Amino acid sequence: MTESTKSTKSIEERMAEDSFTLGGHKFHSRFILGSGKYSLELIDAAVRYAEAELVTVAVRRANTKEKENILDYVPKTVTLLPNTSGARTAEEAVRIAHLAKALGCGDFVKIEIMRDSKYLLPDNNETIRATEILAKEGFVVLPYMYPDLYAARALVDAGAAAVMPLAAPIGSNKGLATKEFLQILIDEIDLPIIVDAGIGKPSEACAAMEMGAAAIMANTALATAGDVPLMASAFRDAIRAGRKAYLSGLGRVLRRGAAASDPLTGFLHD
Amino acid sequence: MVTINGEAQARDGMMLLDLLKEADYDSRAVAVEYNGAILEKAAYETTVLQDGDVVEIVCFMGGGA
Repeated sequence: MTESTKSTKSIEERMAEDSFTLGGHKFHSRFILGSGKYSLELIDAAVRYAEAELVTVAVRRANTKEKENILDYVPKTVTLLPNTSGARTAEEAVRIAHLAKALGCGDFVKIEIMRDSKYLLPDNNETIRATEILAKEGFVVLPYMYPDLYAARALVDAGAAAVMPLAAPIGSNKGLATKEFLQILIDEIDLPIIVDAGIGKPSEACAAMEMGAAAIMANTALATAGDVPLMASAFRDAIRAGRKAYLSGLGRVLRRGAAASDPLTGFLHD
Repeated sequence: MVTINGEAQARDGMMLLDLLKEADYDSRAVAVEYNGAILEKAAYETTVLQDGDVVEIVCFMGGGA
């Protein structure tokens, strides 16, 4: 028997103790939820069924005609994670982070810097620069990035609290297109790897968690689903299943042939 | 003229807090950048808009991946 199967704690107790840390803050939920592209009325249900503890929001010019405040719809128990979407340079991202902080939601910031409007790919170089500036100012910096090992190492040196590589182009629901490179980051980077952007199905979130990702971020997969709260719940279950599988250690894969799991003696024809 | 969220408006001499009230912004839910610097909320009632000022009024909106 392995150590884990000898554990006297129940699976529920072991999972309740499972957590990861971002900038000194402990999180039990490994599902980070975006709040874009669905009606404000659905945000509360999505957050509750996702059991998310971190929810991303964007900073935009206030519209006087828009009387609804998103903060009235997000449960007070969650930590807000403002992103810097719309930024094209490190300086613009820093400016947006400062405005987010002035809006009063703590020190977390997800850096998103994109100069390409067709594929919306993150600019790793500008992201590294912004990470360095904001980490020095005391922000808990979560940079969205293209999964490149050297860039990820530079983000570690710049003071990032986690690294958020994309699985596929943002909003595409195409799944783990960068799977091999996500695995390299998981194996080599000594920070939580949060797989962000492109995950379209719960099975893909589960696969990323089995690979050892610390958490999953999703938005479009839910926002474009038929039933948002039900899909939020499906993602929650899939992420938990993947995490349990990772913690248990996946069974081995045979290169060739087969291996019986039934007894090899006592056949009726012997 | 004062540039407010990218739009030129004749608000010279107006108190910032009065602008926010008149335009019906929820001052609790917005942050204000005045000529490139973020203002404390207490400064809304001491800041008088002048010709050439640039004001950005921002809030949180839904966003994610």
